[in-house]
Amino acid sequence: MKSKPDYLAHGILLLGVALFILPMWVMLAGATEDAGAIARGGLSLMPDFRHIGIFWQALFAGGTSREGDPVWHMLLVSFVMAVAIAVGKIFISVLSAFAVVFFRFPFRKLAFWTIFLTLMLPIEVRIIPSYAVVSTLGMVNNFSGLTLPLMASATATLLFRQVFTALPDELVEAARLDGARPLQFLRDMVLPVSRANFAALFVILFVYGWNQYLWPLLATSNPAYTTVVLGIVQMMAPDQMTPWNQIMAITTLALLPPIAVVLLLQRAFVRGLAEVDK
Amino acid sequence: MSTLELRGLRKDFGATKVLQSIDLTLASGEMLVIVGVSGCGKSTLLRLVAGLETPSDGKILLDGVDITRQDPAKRDIAMVFQNYALYPHMTVAQNMSYALKLRGETQSEITRKVAEAAAQLGLSDLLARHPRDLSGGQRQRVAMGRAIVRQPKMFLFDEPLSNLDAKLRVTMRAEIRRLQQRLKVTSLYVTHDQLEAMTMADRLIVMEAGRVSQIATPMEVFERPANLFVAGFIGAPAMNILQPERAGISDVPVKTLVGIRPEHIKVVDHGRTLTIDLVEPLGAETLIHGTLPCGQRLTLKRPGGPPDVSELQIDLPNNLLHVFDAASGARR
Amino acid sequence: MDRRTIFSGWALPLALVTPQLALTCIFFLWPAARALQEAVTATDPFGTATIFVGLANFAALFADPLYWAAIWRTVFFCAAVSGIAMALGLLFAVFAERVIAGRHWYRTLLIWPYAVAPALTAVLFVFLFDPAIGLIGRHLGARWNYALNGNQAMGLAIFASAWKQVSYNFIFYVAALQTVPRSLIEAATLDGANARKRFQSIVWPMLFPTTMFLLVVNLVYAAFDTFSLIYAMTGGGPAGATETLVVKVYEDGYVGNDLGGSSAQSVVLMLLVMALVALQFRFLGRKTPT
Repeated sequence: MKSKPDYLAHGILLLGVALFILPMWVMLAGATEDAGAIARGGLSLMPDFRHIGIFWQALFAGGTSREGDPVWHMLLVSFVMAVAIAVGKIFISVLSAFAVVFFRFPFRKLAFWTIFLTLMLPIEVRIIPSYAVVSTLGMVNNFSGLTLPLMASATATLLFRQVFTALPDELVEAARLDGARPLQFLRDMVLPVSRANFAALFVILFVYGWNQYLWPLLATSNPAYTTVVLGIVQMMAPDQMTPWNQIMAITTLALLPPIAVVLLLQRAFVRGLAEVDK
Repeated sequence: MSTLELRGLRKDFGATKVLQSIDLTLASGEMLVIVGVSGCGKSTLLRLVAGLETPSDGKILLDGVDITRQDPAKRDIAMVFQNYALYPHMTVAQNMSYALKLRGETQSEITRKVAEAAAQLGLSDLLARHPRDLSGGQRQRVAMGRAIVRQPKMFLFDEPLSNLDAKLRVTMRAEIRRLQQRLKVTSLYVTHDQLEAMTMADRLIVMEAGRVSQIATPMEVFERPANLFVAGFIGAPAMNILQPERAGISDVPVKTLVGIRPEHIKVVDHGRTLTIDLVEPLGAETLIHGTLPCGQRLTLKRPGGPPDVSELQIDLPNNLLHVFDAASGARR
Repeated sequence: MDRRTIFSGWALPLALVTPQLALTCIFFLWPAARALQEAVTATDPFGTATIFVGLANFAALFADPLYWAAIWRTVFFCAAVSGIAMALGLLFAVFAERVIAGRHWYRTLLIWPYAVAPALTAVLFVFLFDPAIGLIGRHLGARWNYALNGNQAMGLAIFASAWKQVSYNFIFYVAALQTVPRSLIEAATLDGANARKRFQSIVWPMLFPTTMFLLVVNLVYAAFDTFSLIYAMTGGGPAGATETLVVKVYEDGYVGNDLGGSSAQSVVLMLLVMALVALQFRFLGRKTPT
C-alpha cells in the first residue's frame, strides 16, 4: 500500500531489536574484558578480541567455575537434562494422548483429568515436598531425580490430544480396514502425520529443561550434577571477588544451545507454539 | 467370489432407529447399489458390513461365515471412501502397499501386485507422488487401487464420486463399473445419485428412513416402482404424481394417486390443455412445465427444441400410468 | 470433542497411560498431598510430635501482615510485568506485521529472547545495572543501588521479567494479527479509517481472546516462573522488597524451615494456579476462529 519506507515501523522495530541485543552485546563485551578493568568500573562497550581465548579457557581448562571444573561438564549436564526432559515428555505424552483419544477404557476420564491436574502444579508450588519425595526415593544427586519430576506435565499431552482428535475419521477407518492394529496405526499413521508438532514441542521442552534453576538447585548438591545455569548463578555469590568476565563468558556459552535450537526450528516452533497454547 | 447375506440387521443410535431390520443377499460378483437421500441409513449399512460400527441386532454373513462382530481388520473387505482417505504422508505406491505390508507379504510380491493394479488404473506414472500432488480423479483411482491390490472378498464404495465435478463423475462411473465387472468382485455401492445407481447396478436397493423400499434390477425399479417414494426418486425429472379425480382420470380405483413419467406424456392435437409457464431446453430435449385445467402441475419431456406456444394439448396414456395407494404409497 | 472412530480393547490403553500416570502420582500428587498434610499440621518445637491443627496455619498466614504485604507486592509485580510485556509484545507485533522489507529478520530478532533463562536474564541485568561496574548502572548516579533501595530493586526485577516475556507475547500477537481478514481492513480503509482508527475499531477487538489468554499466561509467568530471576537478582531483598509469594514459599520453607506455614502458602498458591488455569482454558476455546 505504501511506496515510501515506513519510518515509524522500522524505528520502533529497531528499538525493539536493540533492546534485546543490548544485554547480549554487553555480555560479549564483558566476556572479553579484563577482569580487573571491569571491577574498576572500566567496562568498555567494545569487545576486546585479545581476550577471545576466555571462551576456550572456560570450556576446557579449569579454574573458572566455583569449584574450578571446566564448563564443558556443566554444559553436558544441562544438555543431557534438557534432551532427556524433552524426549521423555514427548514420549510419555504421545502414549497417553494416543490411549485417551483412540480407546474407551475404564477410568479413561479419571486418567485424563489426573494428567490435566499437573497443569495446576508448577514446580515452584510443590518445590519443598517434591524434594522430600525425591529424597525419600533416594534420587537426590542423580539424573532420575533431576529429570523425572519435570517430565510428567500435561502440556504435551494436551497438544497431542488435540492433534490426534483432529485426525480425519476416514484415515483411521482406512488404516483399520487395511488391517492395522493399534500400535501399527500409531507407528505408521499417527507419528508421521504429527511430525511438525514434535519439532515445536522439542524446542519448547528443551528450552524449558535447559533453563531450569530452582529444581536443580534443590535436587543436586554434588558438583558433578551442576547445570550450567545453576553454575553461573552460583558464581555470582557476593562472598568473593566476582569474576565477571568469566561469568559473562560462561553465560555466552550457556545461551548458545537454547538460542540455536529456537532459531534452527523457528518456523515449526512459532507455528507449534500457537497450537500448544501454553 | 464371495456372497454376502444380511439378516434382520438393525442399528439404533440411542433413541434413533437408523436401520430397521434389513434383509438382503448379494450373489458372488454382483454389484448392488444402495441409493437414498441423506440420513436414510445407507452409509450406516455400509459401515456395519465393513465392521466400523456394530449392529444393534441381526447378522452379517460373508461366504456363510458370521462376521457380525469381527474386527474390521480381519474381514478382508476393502472400502473406497468418499474423501478418498489416502495416507497423506505416503506416496501412491506406499498407500497401495500398506495393507500388503501389514499382511507380511514379501517386498517383491508387493511391488508386483502394486504395479499390476497401477497399470489397470493408469497410475503407473504416479507411483512416486504424494496425494497432495494429485487431482481429484487421480486420488479416486489411487483409492480404488488400494482396494484392488488387496484382492479382497468384497468391495465397499461409500459415495466415491460425490467430490468430483460432474464431467469427471461420468467418466469415473464408467471406469468403476468396467473394473468391477472385469474383476468380478462382489460389491456394495452407496450413493445418493439416482443416475449413478441406475447405470452401475446389477441390482438396486432404494432405501427410505432405514427401510428397504425396493430391491430389483434398475429397469424393473424404473418401470415398476414399488411405491411413491421410489417412483419419485428414480428417474429425472421426477415422475408426475396426480390426484386422478381432479384431473379427470377414470378407470382407476378410489383413494389412489396416479403417476406418469414426463417422457411418457404425449402431445396430441386434441386432449387435455396444458398451460405452459416454464420451458427448459436441454439441447436434444426440452422440459416443459405447466398446469392442467384442474390446477395440478405437470412436467413433460419431449425431443427437440422449445415450442413457441403458450399451451399444449396432451394425452396421458392409460397403459403408461402408475397407480399408488393414496394412504400407504404402495403400488397397486 | 471425542473421536467417533476408536479401537477396541482396554488393556493396551491402560498400559500406555501408565508411565505418565505413574510420574504424575509420584511427583505431582504425592508432593501435593504432603503439602496439604503439612499445611494442616504443626510440629512441636522439639520436632518430636505433630498434631492436626486444621486451618490454623492458614489463619495465621492471613493474619500475618508480612504475608499480606507479600500478596500486594505480588499483585503489583504481576500486573506491572504483564502490562509491560504484553504492551511491548503487541507494539512490536503490530509493526512487524506492517513492514514488508526485512519482516523475516525482525521476527527472528524478536523471537530469540524466548530461549534466555530467567536466571540468566537476572545475571545479565545485574551486570548491566550494578551500581559499581554496570555499563548503565554506574552512570545512574549516586543514589542508584538496588541492593539497598527496595523500590529500585522492584523496578529492576519488573523490567528484567518483562524483558524476558516480550518474545512470547510477540509470537502470539503476530499469529493473531495474521488471522484478521484482509478484507475487513480493506473495507475499513475504503470507509475512510486511518491506521489508528482501524486498529482501534477492528484489530483490537479481534485480538481480545488472544489478549485475555496472554494475560493469564503472563500472570502465571510473573507469579511463578520469575522465581529464579528474582532470587538470582536480589534474593528477595533488600529486606523482602522483592519477595513475591513464590519466593516467600521457598524462603520460609527451605531457608526458614517453617514447614507448616510454607506448606500453607503452597496450598494457597495451588488454588491460585487452579483459578488461573481454569480461566486460561475458558479463553483457549475462543482464541482462534478455527
